[in-house]
Amino acid sequence: MFAYIVRRIVATIPVVAIVALFIFSLLYFAPGDPAAIIAGDQASPADVERIRASLGLDRPFVVRFAEWSWQVLHGDLGVSIFTNLPVTKMIGQRIEPTVSLMLLTLLLAISTAVPLGVLAAWKQGTWIDRLVMMIAVSGFSVPVFVVGYILAYVFALSLDWFPVQGYTPFSLSDPLPWLRNLILPAMALGLAFVALIARITRATMLEVLSQDYIRTARAKGVGQRPILFLHALKNAAVPIVTIIGIGFAGLIGGAVVTESVFAIPGVGRLVVDAILRRDYPIIQGVVLILSFVYVLVNLGVDLLYTLFDPRIRY
Amino acid sequence: MIQRRDFLKTAAAASALALPNIARGQGAKLLRFVPQANLSSLDAVAGTQYVVRNAAFLIWDTLYGVDSQLTPKPQMCEGHTVDAALKTWTFKLRPGLKFHDGEKVTSKDVVASLNRWMVRDTMGQIIKTRLDALEALDDLTFRFRLNQPFAKMLFALGKNNAPVAFIMPERIANTDPFKLISEYVGSGPMRFRQDQWVPGAEAVFERFADYSVRPEPGDWLAGGKKMYFDRIEWKIMPDAATAGAALQSGEVDWWETPIADLVPLLKKNKNISVDIADPFGNIGALRMNHLQPPFNDVRARKALLMGLDQQDYMQAVVGDNPDLWKRLPSYFTPGTPFYTEEGGEILKGPRNYDGAKKLLAEAGLLGAKVTLVVATDVGITKAQGDVTADLLKRIGFEVDFVATDWGTVGARRAKKDPPSQGGWNIFHTWHAGADCVNPAPYTALDAGGDKAWFGWPKSDEVQADILKWYAAPDAAAEKAAMAAINKASFENVTYAPTGFFLLYQAWRNSLSGVVKAPFPVFWGVQKS
Repeated sequence: MFAYIVRRIVATIPVVAIVALFIFSLLYFAPGDPAAIIAGDQASPADVERIRASLGLDRPFVVRFAEWSWQVLHGDLGVSIFTNLPVTKMIGQRIEPTVSLMLLTLLLAISTAVPLGVLAAWKQGTWIDRLVMMIAVSGFSVPVFVVGYILAYVFALSLDWFPVQGYTPFSLSDPLPWLRNLILPAMALGLAFVALIARITRATMLEVLSQDYIRTARAKGVGQRPILFLHALKNAAVPIVTIIGIGFAGLIGGAVVTESVFAIPGVGRLVVDAILRRDYPIIQGVVLILSFVYVLVNLGVDLLYTLFDPRIRY
Repeated sequence: MIQRRDFLKTAAAASALALPNIARGQGAKLLRFVPQANLSSLDAVAGTQYVVRNAAFLIWDTLYGVDSQLTPKPQMCEGHTVDAALKTWTFKLRPGLKFHDGEKVTSKDVVASLNRWMVRDTMGQIIKTRLDALEALDDLTFRFRLNQPFAKMLFALGKNNAPVAFIMPERIANTDPFKLISEYVGSGPMRFRQDQWVPGAEAVFERFADYSVRPEPGDWLAGGKKMYFDRIEWKIMPDAATAGAALQSGEVDWWETPIADLVPLLKKNKNISVDIADPFGNIGALRMNHLQPPFNDVRARKALLMGLDQQDYMQAVVGDNPDLWKRLPSYFTPGTPFYTEEGGEILKGPRNYDGAKKLLAEAGLLGAKVTLVVATDVGITKAQGDVTADLLKRIGFEVDFVATDWGTVGARRAKKDPPSQGGWNIFHTWHAGADCVNPAPYTALDAGGDKAWFGWPKSDEVQADILKWYAAPDAAAEKAAMAAINKASFENVTYAPTGFFLLYQAWRNSLSGVVKAPFPVFWGVQKS
């Protein structure tokens, strides 16, 4: 197992390297010019050209890529073109809100969706099943930003229960402000995730519940709850965990929108701002880190398989 | 089975979570402000972004500052003397001025700051070409020695248009004018908390206790900049709906640029005031590439003006409210002392599509392809672009509509190549009215060919008239020069003005002292 984990982590190196080359090339060849944005609308073309030269953006692709790769290999993601702040510092400033949002979303989504999926499977064909599937279809159909606006309007603006926007850092002594800031964004971001997990859980549970061993358990007089949660759900867990892992990428994309709608100073907003301004070091740094995180999440999912299905060995 | 006691515990916890939202830090000493855009850097000399300049007004001070009549008044300076030839300008700083790091402001800092500024600013560049020496005579006195007269010296040092002649410590001012500074130490009324800066999310300013407030009443950049806040937080909100909701819920106090769609909603809220932000407004611009066909032919440019209906543009930009826009047969800001419509007849009266087509046919340009590059992520440019696409088709052009983002337009407009090789024919932007009151800060009016702004218009007549304005000895001569510039600019069709429009600002009624200006004026504003 340990050797497997090491192999998988080592295997991330070429993946991250390919991502690095790809994102650098993409940004190099994409239109856009940070020098023009720094200079502002009133600057002359000559001024823009001078700024571009001072930033080193007029140098050839190979030189810039080599320089950046060398920096990255030394653990340095570079400095923002606009703020002159180290990219690692800027990502560090933004990581807590994003991680908080994603963890809370995952928690909310899994704790809601799995029971809903199990319930729908158990009550297949009844109004409960239809209601759960209606929620699932709605979750897929309504964009994150629309859900966000509706939640903000109802619970923040009309009822004044939660703040409209912002983020309060987590504090062990008083986590309530942190939670109040994140609850609406997590609900908005989590709805599509709830829909996805609930549907997969229902489908997998239906398949498992029709197996012979479930019929045998019922014949032996095992109660409904142990059948659902001990015998069926554990066997249905592998596809559910897989879909949670795959959905993580969608969660990253959704976080970008959610952070904008609720003005949360997270990594998603950082990278969107950087893309609009063509702040190359930030874009490259964030994408590199996210790709690494994504690979790790998939590794985590693979390892979880062994927990739910002892037949799986690495 | 859920027990009653468990249920009550859960309910109590949930109700604590959903307590009514009492906005944090409601103190009268804290101002929470939503700026027009993300504050991505803080160098208002190397860059000309308005949002950067607005933040810089808090941190840095200027030697002179314009008031609401655009008259320069002493700010860091105690006063000045000038010889009759307008060649030797001697200035004296007010004693007791300090930078935020505790160091005294000296004339050495001033000389270094002005040397950096002169490289980047249009007026500064003119001073530089006439400069024999800029020297520090003692700690508080400095002098310009020019080889030609320069009557607009005080305006140049006190103008609000970027690049602004901000004074910074010598060690920072020695930075290459084409590189952004990374230390933000000024002598203005607020100190920038760089340690609390989260770029793209929040910028924090704290009151500078040692700031030396002038005794006169504050008026824009002139007079006493008296701060009633200990702390100003700029909250960057990329989403307009969120900013509007935050203002309504009291989570922020002041929103610099509410979008027109949300204004009716904000006006209905009894806790919010909505008013025009900048009395000088903005001038919409359709910029043509004078180097490439078809707009390298003045007949094509004139044909476009003959068909251009400013009402279409302005309604697309600000909606149906007639108080927010007006027709502008001029290149200059309406309502200002030297406003002129000389030569602007081509934009008046019913639109002449047939005449435009005829002119294009004469030039052999009917059916010519026009590459229209539109930044669709910026509402004002998107709205103008849509109207232009329709106009071009109406007068007989074939339109290649390139929808892209502002970052791409910023890069593409610098290309002089033909559109087929990555160049362009038309892009849209707008100019702050405060930048268009006279030719000095008006980069877009320059018609110096290769050295002119994007589009590279060339007209010796326009350039000669601009020089006449600089040399104008009195108001009458200035007015005459500006009329001549306007006429020559329409003859050359330097660019096509698409109209004059105003934008709103909105604030909580707990604030008082909010004024109309081309930039947010924080001094004099109080919170109850």
